[in-house]
Amino acid sequence: MPHDTAAGHAKISDVTGIAERTFGQKILASQPFWVTLALLVLSVAISLYQPSFLTSQNIANITRNFAPIGIMALGMTCVIITGGIDLSVGSIMGLVAIVAGLVLTAGHSWVLAFGLGLAAGLACGAVNGFFVAYVGMSSFVVTLGMMSIARSFAVVLSGNQMLYQFGPDAPIVKAIGQGKFPSGQPDSIFPSWIPPFSSHFWTMVLLALIVGYVLNFKTWGKHLYAVGGNEPAARMTGVNVDRIKFQAYLFSAFCASVASLLILGYSGSAINAMGQSYELRVIAAAVIGGANLMGGAGTAYGAVVGAALLEVIRNALLMAGIDSNWQGAFVGAFIILAVLIGMETRGFSLKDLMRQMFQFGKGR
Amino acid sequence: MSVLRLRGVTKSFGAIHALTGVDLTVERGEALGLMGDNGAGKSTLIKIIAGNFPPSAGEIAIDDETVHFARPLEARQKGIEIVYQDLALCDNLTAADNVFLGRELKTGWGPFAVLDKPAMIARSGQLFEELKSETRPRDLVRKMSGGQRQAVAIARTRLSQARLVLMDEPTAAISVRQVAEVLNLIRRMKAQGVAIILVSHRMPDVFEVCDRIVVVRRGAKVADKLTASTSPEEITGLITGAIHAA
Repeated sequence: MPHDTAAGHAKISDVTGIAERTFGQKILASQPFWVTLALLVLSVAISLYQPSFLTSQNIANITRNFAPIGIMALGMTCVIITGGIDLSVGSIMGLVAIVAGLVLTAGHSWVLAFGLGLAAGLACGAVNGFFVAYVGMSSFVVTLGMMSIARSFAVVLSGNQMLYQFGPDAPIVKAIGQGKFPSGQPDSIFPSWIPPFSSHFWTMVLLALIVGYVLNFKTWGKHLYAVGGNEPAARMTGVNVDRIKFQAYLFSAFCASVASLLILGYSGSAINAMGQSYELRVIAAAVIGGANLMGGAGTAYGAVVGAALLEVIRNALLMAGIDSNWQGAFVGAFIILAVLIGMETRGFSLKDLMRQMFQFGKGR
Repeated sequence: MSVLRLRGVTKSFGAIHALTGVDLTVERGEALGLMGDNGAGKSTLIKIIAGNFPPSAGEIAIDDETVHFARPLEARQKGIEIVYQDLALCDNLTAADNVFLGRELKTGWGPFAVLDKPAMIARSGQLFEELKSETRPRDLVRKMSGGQRQAVAIARTRLSQARLVLMDEPTAAISVRQVAEVLNLIRRMKAQGVAIILVSHRMPDVFEVCDRIVVVRRGAKVADKLTASTSPEEITGLITGAIHAA
């Protein structure tokens, strides 16, 4: 560093080693960037091995498959930013699907069905938020309880039956869940190489844009990060911590409800087991995308790209003909790897750790 | 006209008398050192001034106007800011974000109002410059030194045009080099007419920046002396009780 040692003076920035980060450095230090890179490398590698991977049909399938997880990961990321966790999203999906399914089965309109489904989901989120934010209970405990309660309600309400006779509005519900843009039909004005993206995908994109906008440009987003960064400090500076936390759980439940209704429409049926064990996939997606379980970090883009990576790994293993039972091992390894990269970008050095361990090994 | 005047401030928690009949005045641009052993009543006094809880008896006046604070917010509205020992900053946010936390500048209309980041960065940069601190608005607080963190915490008080800043052990957990930086920050605040109450265990710091030193022992004020007319030995004696009162 060019400073005048003869004069015995160094600039403070030289001593502390703090320089304002350039845009490039910021990108390199972000976990979503590395996950995006992994996603691209993996995609290219698979398409070399298996050309059918990058066909527009397969891309449409993959993006439809991960969209519900991505949608829920957006809500989960908001909760994780506050330093909490929401284990109930999978069960909320089940409950929402059954409530909407029952209303449709009774012959009511799809608007009423979706409205009541959404209301059921939001009620679960409100209960979560109330106990976490206003009573001060641990989010793990509260949402673990809700995970059990919502699933139980779904099973009881459904009479443990699959619901599929949806009455007069069944075609509309199906159109919502199976909608595509572009249509993918031969008469479409779009060229056939553009994948016919699903309504699930477009919903995710829209929600991601909204969440990204709010997290970056709105006071609410800034306060979300503040709550996760230092809750007492946020409280002392006048941030309405309780309300922000409550709203985060409400939003997470909203995302789960939307995902549930899309899947309901796609499959044209409602089962009470919908979303079972999804909470772990959603948390994995958020964490791979850079959400920090300690709170204070996470992005909308990260949530989406994390969900995408999980699905591409799954799809890749499938195409490579690897026993699907290996999925868990790969996904698990990626979760740990992603968090390790996240730690590196935050200043932890794996190299230093290795060096230390090696030196201890030599008995120093 | 005194920025702050306490008369006969008493605080009891059940049978425990945390403070008994404390009188205190602070003038504009004056730094007052508040010293005392652990449990002597310093924190209780600071919390009463900051509006964390009301006194059991006695009177608080700001600019000769009697006030009754029910909440810290009310004290803040009267121009009293507190810089906490643990600084109360969010590590994951930038310096500018922290300065404006809870009072963000916005641009735009109604529900579509967005954060006015350029304005907040410019204004906090200006505040750091006034404090002559090498703190950059866009840097994350996580990566800052103790002195820079103090600058961020103090910039918060400057933003609200605070007239009285309460500082709780601002030099307790930082390096020697940074202590000098913080003491300079205090001098600059004084120069701008801000009154300061500095709670500290570090005798040299208090003697360096404070105009007056108040010693509390077992809930009572035992000394109120101009810094120039006392010595570290005398203050130590007053704190421990070796010297009864001065």
